[in-house]
Amino acid sequence: MKLQVSSRLAIFAVLELAGAPDRQLSVAEIGEKYSGSSHHLAKVMNILGRTGLVESVRGVGGGYQFVGNARRVTLLDIVELFEDVASTRSPQPEPGDRTAAGAALLSVLTEIDDNIRATLGSITIATMLKLMERMEVPKARKKAAAHHRE
Amino acid sequence: MATRISLETEKKRRSGAGRRPQRPEEPKPRRVRIRRAGEQDLPQVIDIDRRVTGLAKPEFWADIFARYQRRRLTERFFLVAEPEDGGNILGFAVGEVRAWEFGSEPCGWLFAISVDPKARQQHVGEQLFEALSDGFRKAGVSTMRTMVSRDSPQTMAFFRGEGMMAGRYFQLEKSLD
Repeated sequence: MKLQVSSRLAIFAVLELAGAPDRQLSVAEIGEKYSGSSHHLAKVMNILGRTGLVESVRGVGGGYQFVGNARRVTLLDIVELFEDVASTRSPQPEPGDRTAAGAALLSVLTEIDDNIRATLGSITIATMLKLMERMEVPKARKKAAAHHRE
Repeated sequence: MATRISLETEKKRRSGAGRRPQRPEEPKPRRVRIRRAGEQDLPQVIDIDRRVTGLAKPEFWADIFARYQRRRLTERFFLVAEPEDGGNILGFAVGEVRAWEFGSEPCGWLFAISVDPKARQQHVGEQLFEALSDGFRKAGVSTMRTMVSRDSPQTMAFFRGEGMMAGRYFQLEKSLD
């Protein structure tokens, strides 16, 4: 499954902010880490702000802070702000829809879609942060082992 | 860029412009003692399960209790969480090591985990999960599995938060009607 750039930037921004809840980060700081264009990221942050997931803090050293509930907000909540998630049904009938083969294919694709939505809808920001920690530990161990060998 | 922003959210945002962001508080863990279930716990297990699922299953739980208290005690776990200062149990977890079904090497299966709705958000579920995981490790298995309905996103989110991910097996089913 491939996510649109906006969805990816939004997820990265939310994770970055939720992982450091007492800090404020600017669009430039987030964009630099995730190689996102500031212009695109600013639009993404604006949408995240309008849905109450982040708030901008004005003044010197201002930026954005995460204000959602990391234990409740899921990846699906974020992705759905920017794209239709796993939507096999198109508004217009597609060629073959009314055939047995079309119906059989639709049932298989619907099964895949349901799994995608259930997976994204079950992974909270808090869970993603724990997953990130687990990804960091093997890297830290490899670094330490390499340093020890030297 | 397709967006779906509710008017209510937009109004809230405007009325709160300039406020310092406020975050929900992290729940505080409640200290509990995890132990094997005893016969005296059965009525409370049945009650917690009834309040959580909406269905009373006294025979089911009596049968599970009888089986888990008799054989393979190093591989079968019926655990309860009780407050350190005494009182009714706050939750329970049930699991056992199973081997070779579906071609799987021995692994620990978590069949049930439930916390009294009044005792939620206090890390009781996490402590039960960890105790069951420890039991499985001591029994010599290195994988733990469970099954979750797609209609239970909160339960799924709990297991994901404990580090569980989709495994190698699909659960398939067929209607026999």
